[in-house]
Amino acid sequence: MTPSSEYNFAYLDEQTKRMIRRAILKGLAIPGYQVPFASREMPMPYGWGTGGVQVSAAVLTPEDRFKVIDQGADDTTNAVSIRSFFERTAGVATTTITTEATVIQTRHRIPEVPLSEGQILVYQVPIPEPLRFLEPRESETRKMHSLEEYGLMHVKLYEDISRHGHIATSYAYPVKVEARYVMDPSPIPKFDNPKLGDCPAIQLFGAGREQRIYALPPYTQVVSLDFEDHPFEATKADHPCGMCGATDSYLDEVIIDDAGGRMFVCSDTDYCEARQTAGHRGKDAA
Amino acid sequence: MTPLLSVQGLSKHYGAHIGCADVSFDLYPGEVMGIVGESGSGKSTLLNCMAGHLPPDAGAVVFDTRGHGPRDTVTMSEPERRMLSRTDWAFVHQHARDGLRMGVSAGGNVGERLMAVGARHYGDIRGKAVDWLDRVEIDAGRVDDRPTTFSGGMQQRLQIARNLVTGPRLVFMDEPTGGLDVSVQARLLDLLRGLVRDMGLSAIIVTHDLAVVRLLADRLMVMKDGHVVEAGLTDQVLDDPQHAYTQLLVSSVLQV
Repeated sequence: MTPSSEYNFAYLDEQTKRMIRRAILKGLAIPGYQVPFASREMPMPYGWGTGGVQVSAAVLTPEDRFKVIDQGADDTTNAVSIRSFFERTAGVATTTITTEATVIQTRHRIPEVPLSEGQILVYQVPIPEPLRFLEPRESETRKMHSLEEYGLMHVKLYEDISRHGHIATSYAYPVKVEARYVMDPSPIPKFDNPKLGDCPAIQLFGAGREQRIYALPPYTQVVSLDFEDHPFEATKADHPCGMCGATDSYLDEVIIDDAGGRMFVCSDTDYCEARQTAGHRGKDAA
Repeated sequence: MTPLLSVQGLSKHYGAHIGCADVSFDLYPGEVMGIVGESGSGKSTLLNCMAGHLPPDAGAVVFDTRGHGPRDTVTMSEPERRMLSRTDWAFVHQHARDGLRMGVSAGGNVGERLMAVGARHYGDIRGKAVDWLDRVEIDAGRVDDRPTTFSGGMQQRLQIARNLVTGPRLVFMDEPTGGLDVSVQARLLDLLRGLVRDMGLSAIIVTHDLAVVRLLADRLMVMKDGHVVEAGLTDQVLDDPQHAYTQLLVSSVLQV
């Protein structure tokens, strides 16, 4: 598809992209630090990935191959509309195959297939501040970050254990980056947390409404917070995928009738399809 | 003997108004100092300046730190001051709601300071929390309840437990018994007196209740319009007041 001539490449004007790139570079220089940036109005509502879209627009080049996933899936509304947005405004090639993509914008998942050098993973972030629900004052949370006062984060985990007997936080699980900044990894399941650290790809986080960008350069040390006697555990539903039989992927639970029937399928559609093409079958596969 | 806290010429103005002016005193380890005076006399301003919550306009607050001996807390860096207020200092607010996290369980409230100084073992933190709830006479079974479900007196005791869990050496108290009924006040005072004696705490207590200082304080300062008008041993000041204002204050207490 040819790009629409009414728009600058990738929708945003060059000065805006330059401003966002500056914020990205600063974020990469200080891993985990939330860099404020002048977030623009985008032709989509807040909460639909305005931050991620701006970061993608700033890093896309005409040679890139773009992939968008929403909860792991390539075919949901959010993923489809953002993909077609950049097809129209940037004219970049798109794909659903993780290994072929050079820029992947994601909402709530990290792809199952390990990422490689040269790839950029762009996260959509609703609330970038991990301390927000514990300390509502922005002035105070900034001070806590600058003075490295992170005891409060453990109070949240303490509350989890005292109420549920284990750390019940299952998504947006707080991590510490390079032994310095505590960071919200966006609402990815904690199953994905181990993939954040030592990752060959560049990881960029954009929060449009909150006007913050942060980043993890390749091969950054990322540690999930925990207690000595309640260590971090990456959890998933204890089933194989119903379609492809995978036992190592993160699963969605799908209700299939009103008699209590349910099945578990890979949330990463590309991973699941690739396995099915290779001949793997789960118990629910038609 | 080095004073634990040495306040020198502390002043704070709010524009043309005097908050407190030229206050100086020494507090020695194990000593409890009472500050009394009417509303607006500058007691709370003084306390907040000493505790680092307000920047004073002039003067020094020299604290005998564990590692580096006497240091002026007004000019020390903010991280150091905040570290002090998490470890060696404690601050008990008049309203327990100001000093507690109301959305966090009692155990989490007590454990917060431990976690803030690096405790990362859940079992230990919880053990200490339960121990401290017991010491302030809160049933250990309430450890997972939120402070919103506690009575006013229990909230105040929880606030005290939360502050004392890291073994501070100096406690600032702002009207610790304000807003509690007399029988609850009496039990709280009893508890405070026991803790102060057992732990060898030094404390600075701001109050307008003379009975509180009579029970707890070794020494007393009387403030009026931002100035200290009289200071001395508690019994001495209360039984033989010299300054006209102190005489008025002492004679204003209702006798039952």
